[in-house]
Amino acid sequence: MSSAIESDAFAVQTFGISRTYGDLTAVDGVDLAVGAGELFSLLGPNGAGKTTTIKMLCCLLRPTGGTATIMGHDIQDDPLSVKRVIAVSPQETAIAERLNAWENLSLMAGLHGIEKQAARKKSGELLEMMGLTGRGEDRAKKYSGGMKRRLSIAMALVSDPQVLFLDEPTLGLDPQSRRAIWEHIEALRGKKTVLLTTHYLEEADALADRVAVIDEGKIIALGTPGELKGRISDTPVMVVEAENLTAEAIEALRQLYPVVRAIEAGVEIEGEEASVYDIQDVLRPRGITIQSAYRKQVTLDDVFLHLTGKQLRE
Amino acid sequence: MRSLELATRNFKEVWRDPLSLGITIGLPVLLLLVLQAFGEFEEVFTPTSLTPGIVLFGFVMLMFSAAMTLSRDRESALFARLLTAPVRASDFVAAYSLPYLSVAIIQGIVLFAIGAFLGLEVDGSVGLVFLVIFVTAVFYIGLGMILGSLLPLAPLSGAYAVVLLLTIFGGAWMDLEAIGGVFQSIGNALPFAHALDATRAVMIDGVGFPAVATDFYWVVGYTLVIVALALILFKRKMLE
Repeated sequence: MSSAIESDAFAVQTFGISRTYGDLTAVDGVDLAVGAGELFSLLGPNGAGKTTTIKMLCCLLRPTGGTATIMGHDIQDDPLSVKRVIAVSPQETAIAERLNAWENLSLMAGLHGIEKQAARKKSGELLEMMGLTGRGEDRAKKYSGGMKRRLSIAMALVSDPQVLFLDEPTLGLDPQSRRAIWEHIEALRGKKTVLLTTHYLEEADALADRVAVIDEGKIIALGTPGELKGRISDTPVMVVEAENLTAEAIEALRQLYPVVRAIEAGVEIEGEEASVYDIQDVLRPRGITIQSAYRKQVTLDDVFLHLTGKQLRE
Repeated sequence: MRSLELATRNFKEVWRDPLSLGITIGLPVLLLLVLQAFGEFEEVFTPTSLTPGIVLFGFVMLMFSAAMTLSRDRESALFARLLTAPVRASDFVAAYSLPYLSVAIIQGIVLFAIGAFLGLEVDGSVGLVFLVIFVTAVFYIGLGMILGSLLPLAPLSGAYAVVLLLTIFGGAWMDLEAIGGVFQSIGNALPFAHALDATRAVMIDGVGFPAVATDFYWVVGYTLVIVALALILFKRKMLE
């Protein structure tokens, strides 16, 4: 199997792909074009339609409308050819628990028709890359959650796929394991076409060349993380964290600044002119002490909030 | 032979599960040892009469185990991953059936060896006995594939009970002629009595293939239908 990437071709292209379950529309006419070698992220909250989209692209679920091509092969007309060039690391850790890491990798390599010797060599490289070399002979059920997830991703890479689908690859992992997996995904940039789904905005921000924001089955924004962040107001925002902030105090701040939003920890104040001294002058007479005040960086969460009126983690 | 890769994984899963092996092989052995003790009072409990019925009982356990594995796997993320590999439905059915067929062969050999130790006699061809038993094993495992493809884990035990009762009352342990009526008609329409009649005829009466051909083809026919059905169902299940 070749891992060569044609730079002028779309590796993944969807044409109004949809999936309905009775009255419920899980994916609603999604049009995407992912370039070869691109690290592309589908970002959205739980239930937005990310996994359903991936399942259709992996030929696990038949679309009820539209279609898609993977490396030029139609997912409905030629699923076997699609399966020859893809690999997927599903949302849940997908490993055979009674097999050891070598056997798990050998299983996936064998299913993709890779010769034993080549599979053994590739498996060794992947175990090394994922930091599992010393535990390769242990049955997978003895692994920690992070190790299982790394093995799961290695199983997706052992067949040297041209297109790799990573469905929520760091879901439920501790920050250290998440960071380790990010490094492995980062290493694939430009070598494989990677379609990553996540509801962690920092994950999409850190890894993706481009991000498609999906909500209620529809793509609501598409661009590089920088482009998306640039689309919302470039007015600076100051975050003021203070305890016992009253409605009356917030109203008093609104007399001073036109846009003041109440947040869990305090308030967000829009505007270049926001000054911590002026804010203090409003709050101190009311017995409210500022715990911290800082200029906020625009995140993809802000983009999502701007586009949908709700937060990504709601 | 991509199915072999998956079969190897399933083979390891099956043979590394002591509980499942204890139930599929140990329980029938225990049953044989206990029931044969009544052999001096009832002819049906002699090792020669008893062993083929116990083998079928073992196959029902095996069918249940195969169905459980497939049903449990179907719910797992690993199965979704396996379905994204370039593997056909027939490869999957073969990969899930072959490991259980290996257990069935061991099961048959162990039970017949214990039966022989206890006094089981085969007047006819041992090869023919094993041929009938083998085809019957394929039938039960195919049935396990169908049940595992169709049902989630919870209702499987109900399906297992139905197949077990059909096996017992379908002629495996009951004399259909003695029962008569509707039960006899149902029993004769099912493959279990035919498998047992053929096996016992070869073992006890020492007859050759022509004498058991009808019973044999009856079992083969059922097996082919069941395997074809398993393939069709599995193909459908590959795309939710």
